Amino acid sequence: MEITRPTSLVEALEARAEDPGADLLAGGTDLMVEVNFGHSRPEHVIALRRIAELAQIDGNRIGAGVTWARLEKSDHRALAQLARTVGSPQIRAAGTIGGNIGTASPAGDGLPWLAAVEAEIEVTSKDRGVRRLPCSEFFTGVKRNALAPDEVITAAILPENVPTNQEFAKIGQRSAMVISTVSACVVRDDDGTVRVALGSVAPTPLRATRAEALIAENPDPSEAVLAEFVRTVSAEVSPITDHRSTESYRRHAAGVLARRLLERCLAR
Amino acid sequence: MIVSFNVNGEDRVANVAGSESLLQVLREELGLPGSKNACEQGECGSCSVELDGAIVTSCLVMAADCEGSAVTTIEGIGSDKELHAVQQALIDHGAVQCGFCTPGFVVTAAHLFEKNPHPETNEIKEALSGNICRCTGYGAILRSLEALAEEAR
Repeated sequence: MEITRPTSLVEALEARAEDPGADLLAGGTDLMVEVNFGHSRPEHVIALRRIAELAQIDGNRIGAGVTWARLEKSDHRALAQLARTVGSPQIRAAGTIGGNIGTASPAGDGLPWLAAVEAEIEVTSKDRGVRRLPCSEFFTGVKRNALAPDEVITAAILPENVPTNQEFAKIGQRSAMVISTVSACVVRDDDGTVRVALGSVAPTPLRATRAEALIAENPDPSEAVLAEFVRTVSAEVSPITDHRSTESYRRHAAGVLARRLLERCLAR
Repeated sequence: MIVSFNVNGEDRVANVAGSESLLQVLREELGLPGSKNACEQGECGSCSVELDGAIVTSCLVMAADCEGSAVTTIEGIGSDKELHAVQQALIDHGAVQCGFCTPGFVVTAAHLFEKNPHPETNEIKEALSGNICRCTGYGAILRSLEALAEEAR
């Protein structure tokens, strides 16, 4: 195995251009599990943790190399909430938001938030420069994304005005150190617009747009509308049965969780 | 490939074959078997070490990426002559059962007390939330560290 340890983004992009498809290593908390279990045998690793420019938060730009430990202290309420649910303190000290985006697991804890606030994923290559993709275009399937072999994920770009009214929660089989069975994020704009995103219930983070439209029509929802909201979310998700849960439980839990978060936002 | 880094205050050189973990290199190459190998997926915390100032699971650190880093393992905490305060507290409260998880708990707790000499109970619980004791001896571990935090007041 060969390893390249660039100290600047330019060097990293050159390494990736020279050997497209070389494995990118950030905190290692996903890649090393694959390595330890013999599922991955990297031939060339480009290690990104020495690149200071990737580890910066600058206004609406969250560098891909920012760790969960730092995001636990984010001013974005739901981002801080979700960062606290990622793995253990040890995992949060190493793992990064860029790694979460790159792995593109359906259960990636950061992804519902990115989808709900309508962040764009910034990717950069030596030859084509910067591209910014909405979550709906970046995440293409289970652990699949639109990153080209010569690109590096460089940041999550937030819109200019991210609503301060936002909530995240996840359900798992225990209350810490758990991969989510269902996760959800709800954000509410000052004008009452609500966005709902869910994780672990589809191949990619899923926006419940019909449920959002229901609240747009009923900004002060009655009990009947809230019940309809739950049914709509449950109908919009497309979960599977696996070793962590069943399709029907995930469908049920997605609706309940989204309603709970919506009610928290509405109460504010 | 040759990787040079600092372990427990000493400059060390390791011959790293490929993508193996820091844990493997510590145990198999550098003669430091105190960090334990259990889950190999960052779930149990028994391989916890301090890497460049943060507690991480060394099973999920690629050794080849440690060039220039500073690592503290359980072997670098306390000495045969003088135990670390965390080690003494665990002994005093009978907080060691089979002992397999103990190095990870000591490394993690020592880091906590270095950053915060008198942590609250919730801060202790949160700091140790990534360390699993399969004997389920959490009560005594928590009591020992609460007592240590109280002493420091």
